[in-house]
Amino acid sequence: MTATLSPPTTTPEPQAPLQPQGWLRYFSFSVDHKVIGLQYLVCGFIFYFIGGALAGMIRTELLTPLSDFMPRETYNEVLTLHGTVMIFLWIVPVVNGAFGNYLIPFYVGARDMAFPRLNAVAFWLIPPAGLLLISSYFIGSASQSGWTAYPPLSLTTPATGQVIWILSVLLLGGSSIFGGINFIATILKLRRPGLKMLQLPMFCWALLGTSILVVLSTPVLAGTLVLLSFDIIAHTGFFNPALGGNAVVYQHLFWFYSHPAVYIMVLPAFGLVSEILPVHARKPLFGYITMVYSILAIVVLGLVVWAHHMFTSGTPPWMRLFFTIATSLIAVPTGIKFFNWLATLWGGKIALNTAMLFSCGFIFNFVFGGITGVALAQVPFDIHVHDTYFVVAHFHYIVYGGTVFVIFGSVYHWYPKFTGRMANESLGRLHFLLTFIGFNLCFAPQHWLGLNGMPRRVAEYDPQFTFINQVSSVGALLMAISTLPFLINMVYSAFAGEQAGDNPWRALTPEWLTSSPPPVENWKGPAPLVTHPYGYGAAPESQAVGASSP
Amino acid sequence: MPIPAAILTVGLSVVLVLIGLWVGQNVNLLPIDASANAPVYDELFQVLFSIGTSLLLGIVGLLIYSLIRYRRVAGDTSDGLAIEGNLPLEIFWTAVPAIVVLFIGIYSYDIYERMGGMAPLNDHSVHAMQASAGASMPSGMAMEASDGSGGPARIWAGISPTGEAAAAVNVDVTAMQFAFIFRYPDSGIISGELHVPVGQTVALNMEAKDVIHAFWVPQFRLKQDVIPGQPTLLSFTATKAGRYPIICAELCGPYHGGMRSTVVVEDPDDYSTWVTKNSPAPLPVSATTAPSAPLQS
Repeated sequence: MTATLSPPTTTPEPQAPLQPQGWLRYFSFSVDHKVIGLQYLVCGFIFYFIGGALAGMIRTELLTPLSDFMPRETYNEVLTLHGTVMIFLWIVPVVNGAFGNYLIPFYVGARDMAFPRLNAVAFWLIPPAGLLLISSYFIGSASQSGWTAYPPLSLTTPATGQVIWILSVLLLGGSSIFGGINFIATILKLRRPGLKMLQLPMFCWALLGTSILVVLSTPVLAGTLVLLSFDIIAHTGFFNPALGGNAVVYQHLFWFYSHPAVYIMVLPAFGLVSEILPVHARKPLFGYITMVYSILAIVVLGLVVWAHHMFTSGTPPWMRLFFTIATSLIAVPTGIKFFNWLATLWGGKIALNTAMLFSCGFIFNFVFGGITGVALAQVPFDIHVHDTYFVVAHFHYIVYGGTVFVIFGSVYHWYPKFTGRMANESLGRLHFLLTFIGFNLCFAPQHWLGLNGMPRRVAEYDPQFTFINQVSSVGALLMAISTLPFLINMVYSAFAGEQAGDNPWRALTPEWLTSSPPPVENWKGPAPLVTHPYGYGAAPESQAVGASSP
Repeated sequence: MPIPAAILTVGLSVVLVLIGLWVGQNVNLLPIDASANAPVYDELFQVLFSIGTSLLLGIVGLLIYSLIRYRRVAGDTSDGLAIEGNLPLEIFWTAVPAIVVLFIGIYSYDIYERMGGMAPLNDHSVHAMQASAGASMPSGMAMEASDGSGGPARIWAGISPTGEAAAAVNVDVTAMQFAFIFRYPDSGIISGELHVPVGQTVALNMEAKDVIHAFWVPQFRLKQDVIPGQPTLLSFTATKAGRYPIICAELCGPYHGGMRSTVVVEDPDDYSTWVTKNSPAPLPVSATTAPSAPLQS
C-alpha cells in the first residue's frame, strides 16, 4: 500500500510517521482520512445499536399504559441516554465525521484533511466520551433530565449522572468543533489548483455550511453546560430560580446550539443525497447554484429560529412572531432543494437500487416531517402539541426518516469504494422495505397520540392510547429486525461480495477515479481535476481531466 | 406538446387542492373542542392539514411517477438528458412556497390574536389581574421587580383573551412534583381538581414550586409552562361541560407521567353548588381548612 507521492506542492513532504497497516490501522491513531472516516462510521453504528436498544426499551415500556417494565427513574435515564447517544454519538459523528472525512479530501482533490492529527484527535475523543456517558448508568445513575437537561430539574436529579453527562457532551462538542474547523480549512484552502468553489460536489457545500454552524453554535452549548455544571457542583445560581437565577436563559442558550444541531444533522444528508441521485439517475444535479444558495440560506436562517422550542415558556409576543416567521421561511430554501432533486430524477435513467430506494424514502419522510415542521412553527398550532408525541413523531421523521435513511443509502452507495466489493442487492432491498414500513408504522401514529393528549417522556399514559402505542411498538420491532439483513449484508459482502472494480456506478465524482479501496494519499499520480462532477449526458471533454487511469 | 402538458399540470393541481380540502374538512384527528379558543385552533389545523395533504400528495406523486416513468431498462447504459437547470422553474418553486409560507404565517398570526395570545406582558389588564389576585399569592415566592424600582412583579402571560381582568373565576395554581393544587381565593377552597363554570372566563395564576411543569388541557388546545420564579397568567373560557384531563407536559421527574388531574367543566348552577358545598368557612382567609378533594400525588 505504498503510494508514489507526486504532490502539486514543491516543498518535500515530511516523512509520514509509521502507521500500522492492514486491519490494525482501524484501531490505531491513524491520520489517514479514509481510515478515520471508517472509524467514525463503525463506531457510530455501534452506538446506533446501543441507542436502538434503548429505544426498544422505551417502546416495550409503552406497550402498556402502566409503568411496569422498568422503574420510573430508569425510564428517564433510558430516554435521556437514547436521545444523547443518537444525536451526539450516532448522527452528528457519522453524517459529518464519517462521510465528511472519507469524501471531502477526494472532492477537493487533496491527499488528506488540512489537519490530519487534529482529525485523529477529534475521532478518538468519541469512544471515551461514549463510554463515559454509558458508564454513568452503571456507577449509580445516568442523567434523568432528558437530553435537554433543563434546569431546575437537572439540578435536582442525581448529580453524578448529570455531571458525567455534561462532561461527555463537552468532549463530544469539542470533537465536533475540531472536525468543523478541519472541514472549513480543507474545503477553503486545500482545493486542488484549478478547482473553483462552484465546481465542487454539493456535499462540500453542505459540509461547509454545517461546519460554519458547528463552529458558531457548539461553543455556546459548551459554555452553557459549564455554567450548568457550576450550578450543580458549586451551587451557583445561573439557572436556579431559588438562588435568583433564570431557568429560561438556559433554554435560550441551549436551543441556540440545539436547533442549529438539527441542520448539523440534516445538511450533510442533503449533500449526500445530492451525490447519490445524479449517479443513479444518470442526470446532472438540477439547479446547482440554487442548491448552493439554499444551503447558505438554511445556515443563516438556522441560527435565528431557536426560540420556536420555547413558545410555551412565556416568551414575549414579538419574539413569538419573529421566530414563527423565521422558522417558516426555512421551508423555502428546503423546498427548493426537494424540487431540484425531483427535477434531477425527471427525465433520467433511474436505477432503483438500494442506495436509490433509501434516498427516495428520505424524500418521502423528510417532506412529511417538513410539512409538520411548518405547522409546528406556527405559535398557536405549537401551543397545543408542544412537548407531545406529535413533536416526537415530527423530529423522528426529520432525523431518522431523513438523515438515518440517507446514512443507509450512503453506506450502500459507497460500500464498493470502502471495501472493493458490492453489497448484496436483495438483502439491501429487504433492509429498505423493513425499515421503511417499520419506521412509518412506528412514527406516523404518534402524530395522532400527540394531538389527542399524550405528552412525551412519560412511562405511563391514558389507557385510551394503548392500541396506537402497541402499533407504534410493532413498527419499532420491525425497525429492529431490519438491522439483521443489513448487518448480515455488510459482513457477508465484505468477504464474499462481487468484486466492485474502481467505479461500478460509472460515477464522475473524484472518489471513483481511483482504486477501490483507494490507496494511501488517494491517487497514484496527480489528483484528477474534476470540474463537472455531475456532467452526465454531457460532451465527454467536459468531464474528468487529468485523471490517472484507474 | 406544451399545451396539453400545461393543462394536465393545472388539472392535476386542482385535483390535489380539492383532495386536500376534502381531507382537511372531513378527517378529524383532534379531540373534542371544549374551550372558546379550541374552534379557532381547529380552523387553523384544518387549513394546515389541507395544505399539507395537497403538498405531500403532489410531491410523492411526482416522485413515484418519475421512478416508474424514468426507470432504467436493463442493459441500458446511456445517460439521461443533460439538463442542468431552468431559471423560470427555479423562480416558480421559490415563489410558490414563499407565498404559501407567508400566507400561513399571517393567517396563524391572525388566529393567535383571536385566541388572545398577543396580550403583551405587563400590560394594564395584567396589572389589574395581579392587583386583584396578588394578595393571595404566597409571599415567599421569588418575584422579581421588572423595572428595578420596586414596581409590580412581572407576570408572564400565556394565552390571555381580553377581559381577563374581569374574569369570573380566579384560581391560584401551584404546580409541584407531582401534582397541581388549585386554590380559589374568593372562597378559600383548596382542591386537587379544577372546577370551572361553563361559559365564564377563568384566570389561572400559576406558579411552580420546584421544577418546570406545564399545564395542558388537550380539549382546550391550551398549554403553558409553569416555570419557578415566573408567576404566569393563563386564561380561558370553557364552552362544553364535561371532565377533561389536565396533563403535565414538561418532564418534571420520575412520576412525570402520573402528574395528571382533571378539569371539571359544569353548569354555573352546579359550579355554585360545588363552591358552596366545599367552601371551608365563611371567612375565605382561613388557611387551615382541609382540601375539598383528595390531592393527587
